[in-house]
Amino acid sequence: MINKTYQLETVSCPSCIAKIEGMLRRTPGIGEAEVLFNTSRVKVAFDENLIDSEAIKNSIAKLGYKVLGEK
Amino acid sequence: MFNMAKGRRILLLAALVTTSYILKGVFGYAPVTVLVMMASTLLAGTPIFLKAFGALKYKIVGIDALVTIAVAGALVIGEYWEAAAVTFLFTFGDYLEALTIEKTQSSIKSLLATAPDSARVRRGGTEYVLAPEEVVKGDLVIVKPGEKISVDGTIVEGTAFIDQAAITGEPIPVERSEGEKAFSGTIVESGYLIIRADRVGDDTTFARILHMVEDAQDKKAKTQKFLERFSRYYTPAVIVLALVMYLVTKDLRLALTLLVIACPGALVISAPVSIVAGIGNGAKNGVLVKGGDIVEKLGAVRTIAFDKTGTLTAGKPKLVGIKAYGITEEELLHIAAVGETYSEHPLAKAVIEAAEGRIGKITEKPEGAEFTKGQGLTFSLQGKRYLIGNRKLFEADGISLPQQEEYIRSEEEKGHTTIIVGDAGGALGVLSVSDVLRPGAKALIGKLRSRGIKKLVMLTGDNERAAKAISDELGLDGFYAELMPEDKVRILTELQGAGGKVAMVGDGINDAPALAAADLGIAMGGGGTDVAIETADVVLISSELGKLSYAIGLARATVGNMKQNIYFALLVAALLLAGVLVKTVNLSFGMLVHEVSVLLVIINAVRLLGYGRVASRNR
Repeated sequence: MINKTYQLETVSCPSCIAKIEGMLRRTPGIGEAEVLFNTSRVKVAFDENLIDSEAIKNSIAKLGYKVLGEK
Repeated sequence: MFNMAKGRRILLLAALVTTSYILKGVFGYAPVTVLVMMASTLLAGTPIFLKAFGALKYKIVGIDALVTIAVAGALVIGEYWEAAAVTFLFTFGDYLEALTIEKTQSSIKSLLATAPDSARVRRGGTEYVLAPEEVVKGDLVIVKPGEKISVDGTIVEGTAFIDQAAITGEPIPVERSEGEKAFSGTIVESGYLIIRADRVGDDTTFARILHMVEDAQDKKAKTQKFLERFSRYYTPAVIVLALVMYLVTKDLRLALTLLVIACPGALVISAPVSIVAGIGNGAKNGVLVKGGDIVEKLGAVRTIAFDKTGTLTAGKPKLVGIKAYGITEEELLHIAAVGETYSEHPLAKAVIEAAEGRIGKITEKPEGAEFTKGQGLTFSLQGKRYLIGNRKLFEADGISLPQQEEYIRSEEEKGHTTIIVGDAGGALGVLSVSDVLRPGAKALIGKLRSRGIKKLVMLTGDNERAAKAISDELGLDGFYAELMPEDKVRILTELQGAGGKVAMVGDGINDAPALAAADLGIAMGGGGTDVAIETADVVLISSELGKLSYAIGLARATVGNMKQNIYFALLVAALLLAGVLVKTVNLSFGMLVHEVSVLLVIINAVRLLGYGRVASRNR
């Protein structure tokens, strides 16, 4: 499991939190996902053998949220 | 750039919607009107529909889904105008909300922007400009005037005036030279330094404070957690309700309107926007509150326990009293200071400092100085033998102090430590040294009482007499002296038993257990130890004790603001619901009111950024 934090563009609707978290938690390989609403960041813990960072960024983008950076 | 594109899209949508409204007025629902309305709906709605379907794949029903159903329904029953208006209002509202939410975060963003962004490093005779995280421990970092120091380290060469406001809150630059410490985030005003990096990147004090501020924003308040859980069940419940409504009344329009107005936007956003604005205001003013739940607790504090040394007092002894017998005070200070240059005792420093402040630099050296542990020292100056120390030193030399005994005892009653200066003939004078109160300590106690804090006590490892003196001077409700760290924890538990939230204010490693045990730990930053800062829930970054009263006021204002938002959101939801049921609120008007209420909630939170501004102007 490794941890990464993704910076999104300003998340303005709180229901987005449930959406992004729900999507990530249902994705195989992802252990824990938390959306930090106030800083518009997503913390993700994932197994790098099952999924890579690019795939995670893509699925967040597919939900309609731009990923601005990662660390 | 991205925002500009967004802004242009909004303008285009506004033009389309307005055109379609005029067309509707002129031609009614003619083909051209419907065409423009459909174009507007699709342009504004496509991102919403995509988000709704994207989420649906993961079995999540959000606000996008509600809007999508409402728009689809409106198109089915031929309400093209409603569809166009709802999608436009939703998109426009979302855009304004993102802008205003960014405003609530502005204080924190401006704080993060003060982080150093480059470092000039010398490795093997060559200078490199690196990103701060590339610097390694032991590197030699060169800092020129106007540049920011990017590491915590020890100065190995040069002298400079450093603006340390970022770490200590002290606005006046301090002079630092070889052998002294320099901190990341501080700015070299003038001079030139070479610093050996002791702590780099994320380990520096400054980086850790920033990191804590960032994390703090997303530690959720209890109220906020409740609201989030609530909205998770609320949205699906609204769909069911709308469906039932349709089945009962067979009125599709009513059911669709219900979907739109029931979106819990303002309610869910009410708590987080207040919290982030409150924490942002605090961080900008030197008070780090580590999370929303802490804001709620801080506002509810009723008892405060203070550590003494380093918290209520400066933690540095000063000369507070002087009494000379048969010689002038200046002569007395001169003799004492010359003698004390031999000693490394912290009390000696206080004497020398006071003497140099009054009569200038002490250059003479004591001759034949002899130090006796636990008593003092004897030395000669210009061929005359003197004694400096406590009673025991004089007793050992067979010198009695009949005249001074009463004065010495009265000074000790005040919690002062006395230093007796004398010669073979008896005492020449008595110097009193004591730890002094931090500036603002006394004013703080009064301010806290006027804020309704019921009980103010002091916990200290120091002796009973010194503790009593400080406690009396400040007018505290009580004190506990001669405590070990575990005693502090026990006393805090007792205080908690007496009711109300109990806060502990401290600075040292020995305070860490007490900071953790209290309902709320408050650490002094700046000079405070790392352990205390990490353990605490609130950090007074600049070590200004006076900020404590401001912090409590801010916490209460934040909680109040959050409550206003919640009540307002509930009221709007109730009014809208009533309006829908008596059919005075239609789809687009419902959406308009909903979006406006969300904006008002955010704008109310932005007001918190201004908390304390008026107060500081009056000071």
